[in-house]
Amino acid sequence: MKQVWTLSAVLLFAAVLTYLIASGDLTFGQPALADMDNYFIENAREETGANNIVTSVVFDYRGFDTLGEATVLFAAVLGVGSLFRKLTPEEEEAE
Amino acid sequence: MSKIVRTAANLLFPFILIFGFYVIVHGHLTPGGGFQGGAVMATGLAMIIAAHNYERIQSAFKKDLLKTLEGTALVLFLTTAVSGFVVGKPFLTNWIVQAGGLFGGEPTVAGNLNTGGIIPLLNVFVGLEVLGALTLIVLTMLSGAKENS
Amino acid sequence: MDFINALPYVAIVILTLFGLTMMLTQKNLVKIIMGVVLFEAAVNLFLVTLGYRNGGIAPIYTNAPADAVMVLPTVQALTLTSIVIGLATTAVLLSFAMVLYKRYGTVDVDAIKELRG
Repeated sequence: MKQVWTLSAVLLFAAVLTYLIASGDLTFGQPALADMDNYFIENAREETGANNIVTSVVFDYRGFDTLGEATVLFAAVLGVGSLFRKLTPEEEEAE
Repeated sequence: MSKIVRTAANLLFPFILIFGFYVIVHGHLTPGGGFQGGAVMATGLAMIIAAHNYERIQSAFKKDLLKTLEGTALVLFLTTAVSGFVVGKPFLTNWIVQAGGLFGGEPTVAGNLNTGGIIPLLNVFVGLEVLGALTLIVLTMLSGAKENS
Repeated sequence: MDFINALPYVAIVILTLFGLTMMLTQKNLVKIIMGVVLFEAAVNLFLVTLGYRNGGIAPIYTNAPADAVMVLPTVQALTLTSIVIGLATTAVLLSFAMVLYKRYGTVDVDAIKELRG
């Protein structure tokens, strides 16, 4: 029974993804909506003074996402550190 | 590991650290930046951890130093972001761009290191934080695996 | 669209289906985690593929030719964040697997049943 469910889920995924490719909406090489990126390519050099546009997008135009990402990395270290701590003797008895 | 591996790791280690620091500092001129350079430096430290045996690693790497480095780098990132309040601009504003002084020059096609505003400072702080975080993850998992067996 | 322009998307679909099949059918916990990593790699590849322009160069002005077409820079910033978050997820998942091995002595998901209601 479980094999029927997994096989049908995988076939459903494959059918939907193949329909998306064959329908012709996804183009490779001509992106459809590029107005914001054209503004970044034209004006990022005067407004931020950096030659690298990707860095200026990551740290200046979308700096708040980078702050969130640094916090996620910090939280991952907290999670790994709390899983491997030394248990006190009462907690060792309760295992 | 054998003596050849340990000698090669000891020889390569300073070059990897210097290359990682180069990728971090030139983040606003060439491909790279804070996260990429921090990952390169953490790879150098992970190579040293893999090459030597466990007692020498325990005496050489102090976990408290790495925790302090990571926490201080994140606090300095927040301080640089809040520093725009001094001149009355909102949070995370690039307020020292093209104003002379520190990191305030004109961008040229050949690449001028003295440009970019607060972007090189943010690159350095994020690079230090990623270095501390990745090395701490590798050290914690290693000590957790060693105490089992 | 014609065949040669659809090849990157075909590769993304194949990687996605591999990751999904590994997540659903494997019994070893480490192989399930490998399926998660493969799925996230397919999503990152899809994000980078969306931002390509024909004949474009990297969006960097250092030593760039004068009249160059540049690819889109926004999707590359999103992919950077996605890679770091995938790394954090993998680290925590592998730590879970190590603690489970210490507790039960095996990583077979059929043998680890104590939480089932």
